[in-house]
Amino acid sequence: MTDTSTRTGPADWATDQEVRWCPGCGDYSILTAMRMLMPELDVDREKTVFVSGIGCAARFPYYMNTYGMHGIHGRAPAIASGLAMARPDLDIWVIGGDGDMLSIGGNHLIHALRRNVNLKVLMFNNMIYGLTKGQFSPTSESGKVTKSSPMGSLDHPFNPISIALGAESTFVARTHDMDRKHMMDTFRRAHEHKGAAFVEVFQNCNVFNDGAWEGITKKQNRDANLIQLNHGEPIKFGAESEFGVVIDDGSAKIVSVSDVAESSLLVHDENKEDPSTAFMLSRLARGPFEPTPVGIFRAVERTEYAASATQQLAVAQDQKGPGDLAAILRSRGTWTV
Amino acid sequence: MTDTAPRELPLQELDEVIIRFAGDSGDGMQLTGDQFTSISAALGNDLATLPEFPAEIRAPQGTLAGVSAFQVRISDFAITTPGDAPTVLVVMNPAALKAQLHNLVQGGAIIVNTDAFTERNIEKAGYKSNPLDDGTLEGYRSYPVPMGQITRDAVAEHGVKPRDAERSKNFFALGLISWMYTRPVEPTMDFINTKFRGKDLVIKANEAAFKAGYNFGETAEVFEAHYEIRPAPLASGEYTNVNGNTALAWGLVAAGVLARLPTFLGSYPITPASDILHELSTMKNFGVRTFQAEDEIAAAASAVGAAFGGALAFTTTSGPGIALKGETLGLAVSLELPMVIVDVQRGGPSTGLPTKPEQADLLMAMYGRHSESPMPIVAAKSPSHCFDAAIEACRIALKYRTPVMLLSDNALANSSEPWLLPDINALPDIGVDFETEFNGTNEDGDGIYLPYLRDEETLARPWAIPGTPGLMHRVGGIEKEDGSGNISYDPENHQKMVDVRQAKVDGIDVPDAEVMGDQDADFCFLSWGSTWGAVDAATARLQADGHKIAYVHLTHLNPFPSNLGEVLGKFKKVLCPEMNAGQLDKLVRAKYLIDVQGAHKMNGVPYTTAEIQAAALEALRV
Repeated sequence: MTDTSTRTGPADWATDQEVRWCPGCGDYSILTAMRMLMPELDVDREKTVFVSGIGCAARFPYYMNTYGMHGIHGRAPAIASGLAMARPDLDIWVIGGDGDMLSIGGNHLIHALRRNVNLKVLMFNNMIYGLTKGQFSPTSESGKVTKSSPMGSLDHPFNPISIALGAESTFVARTHDMDRKHMMDTFRRAHEHKGAAFVEVFQNCNVFNDGAWEGITKKQNRDANLIQLNHGEPIKFGAESEFGVVIDDGSAKIVSVSDVAESSLLVHDENKEDPSTAFMLSRLARGPFEPTPVGIFRAVERTEYAASATQQLAVAQDQKGPGDLAAILRSRGTWTV
Repeated sequence: MTDTAPRELPLQELDEVIIRFAGDSGDGMQLTGDQFTSISAALGNDLATLPEFPAEIRAPQGTLAGVSAFQVRISDFAITTPGDAPTVLVVMNPAALKAQLHNLVQGGAIIVNTDAFTERNIEKAGYKSNPLDDGTLEGYRSYPVPMGQITRDAVAEHGVKPRDAERSKNFFALGLISWMYTRPVEPTMDFINTKFRGKDLVIKANEAAFKAGYNFGETAEVFEAHYEIRPAPLASGEYTNVNGNTALAWGLVAAGVLARLPTFLGSYPITPASDILHELSTMKNFGVRTFQAEDEIAAAASAVGAAFGGALAFTTTSGPGIALKGETLGLAVSLELPMVIVDVQRGGPSTGLPTKPEQADLLMAMYGRHSESPMPIVAAKSPSHCFDAAIEACRIALKYRTPVMLLSDNALANSSEPWLLPDINALPDIGVDFETEFNGTNEDGDGIYLPYLRDEETLARPWAIPGTPGLMHRVGGIEKEDGSGNISYDPENHQKMVDVRQAKVDGIDVPDAEVMGDQDADFCFLSWGSTWGAVDAATARLQADGHKIAYVHLTHLNPFPSNLGEVLGKFKKVLCPEMNAGQLDKLVRAKYLIDVQGAHKMNGVPYTTAEIQAAALEALRV
């Protein structure tokens, strides 16, 4: 597309706005990953749009030198769907937190995924409401004591990957804010995908929910608790790759590799049409205290929404000819006085 | 048919007739009414229609909840309303009689399908005895007709079963009425052949039923006369019969053509606005992208996104949808993006009366967003005016970069009238230019883009769309610095932005208010929306009775025409009839300190000419 002399660098993707996230916020590393990725994707800044709702994560568009809209709480997938339909030529990223995307925005999220609109949806999950200073969120664990739940939250949390798969999202992935390369690889795959891509990013809110993910994302814990999914390979994790996954009685279970036949280990298939296996994998961990899969859960093809809508316009033109205003006004029959 | 020669029946000339067809929802009253309207239009009468749909899709047969009616007024003079009350009632079953009789004028004619007046049907309708012979019809001229029986006999020779023959009854009724008002037969024959193409048996049955009805009128000794209504002195030109929703949909598409912009509709089905979504969905060859969103909020949000991308964007709904969209519309106000929001008003509050008209959303249109969130408002006044109002709303949206509320209502949406087709080439060019260049410089003298730099005349901000090199910028709902558009909590800036958003709307180039009727009158009606027809007609009647009457009808409600205060201030009495509990009167009183009085009703029925006339007489008496 562009030769290397006119290619952008990460600095070209930054704006002059002072970044206002709290020092130590996980959002900084996600922002860095994005700014480093964009030049590698070799895309145009003017053709890139970031759309967000409300929340700390939703401040993201202000820090990217592209077109952007900081919208209203929860409505970013709907705003972005309209933009995608009107402008199928654009690269549209939708950024939000777990509250924005799964609470008030839950309905719009599942419909955007169901429709397979060409949007790259990144949900920064910190299991708390940060901007409003510390209420529990739809992904917070039961019993969590917060400002609005002094006796412990009564809510059972959503599992975002399960939700996305249930909404039949054609691309579902998970990454985390402590591994820049992993984030860049995941975002890159999302960008390449034609259609809706949902990426959950484990993100640390160091002010209101510090260390919530550390049990699985901190470097020393990753071997034991992060299960990297690699397409075409048996799912294995552990310092010596000593653990694997089998399907037993309708669920995914963790086994010691030495205890089972190699052939019974589940081989990861991103492209499996039926999302059931991916769903089972999403149920492996009940929370960030036990082995949790990361990587690409699902990547399948389905007709993309805006492209189909545009195609219908072309078909209509073929069938009826270009729109003729004078003819339409007369289409119900006329008479002359 | 019979072997007697056709009788010499007197042919009376009438200046108008108001016919209401009423039957069960399955009886085809809408189709009958539509077709009668169509024939009359072709004959050159002026006309207006008002359908009355039941709220249920298929209520139990023969019940009051299932009654469907269609009123059509045809005249030899210019008319502006579908008529206050029918002079002729065509009744297909007891429930229809029960539901509609009270509407009929004293001494009016009732043509009744006697075959449907079985004991069971009479009971289902809530009658204790047969209304045909218990005195219920005293004071009216009733014409009993065994429509069912005759239709069954007429279609039997074509092999149609008795039960299926029932479905052709409405064509019998149409035939009878066509004879009664001397309408030609061919157009209906053509219509039957086109509509039911491929279903030969149905075509034969309907044709036979129609002819049977026509002949019945001519030969049966039931009617003492038949009638003629001459063509009205309409302006010469090409006409079509259009209802408000269709005209509005076409206006939106026309606006896209006139602005040379791709169009986008985000919408969610809701009575009575869904037809606009349907109509626009069929116009893909105009490049109209329609998006049936998952809910009302997504419908508006998707339009905001499309507008950001450079489309002429709309969202269409009714009252409940506007309530839901409030926050999203506030975002559009803050983003200063062009967008048209259509509210086809219906009875409220809450689910209210989905199929009945009301005009009680004006204050919501003005103030229905939190904080000071001004939005221009345009209101249609007649079915065909919905076309012009749509284009005007889009013109304002584009020129001033603002969401605009376009108000219609259930009566306009479903009523039809002849529309003198406009010359497409005479329609206004409402195109605006996208911003493609830097419009400012930074401290280092480099060119930059200031998304909130304002045009001196319109106070509109520039519209730079994604894809434009170099003009990358971010917009949002947080208060922004005038000019740069950067987030700003600065106290002076916020005051300035609130003031400039208001000034932008206040400065919109709205045409002056025009005084119709007697310029030197002491009394003036003030009106907006669908009451126009009745106000116009009431003014004429009052003038004919010797009163001096003026009226001002507003199509722009925010901002008001700049001369409105001055104009209204000249009158001793200003009366504002509204189908709400008082909304325009409040706005005018607040702004101009003029003692506007209101006449209010909220009964789900359009204001009649007689009611407005009576309200004026009452006001004149005081």
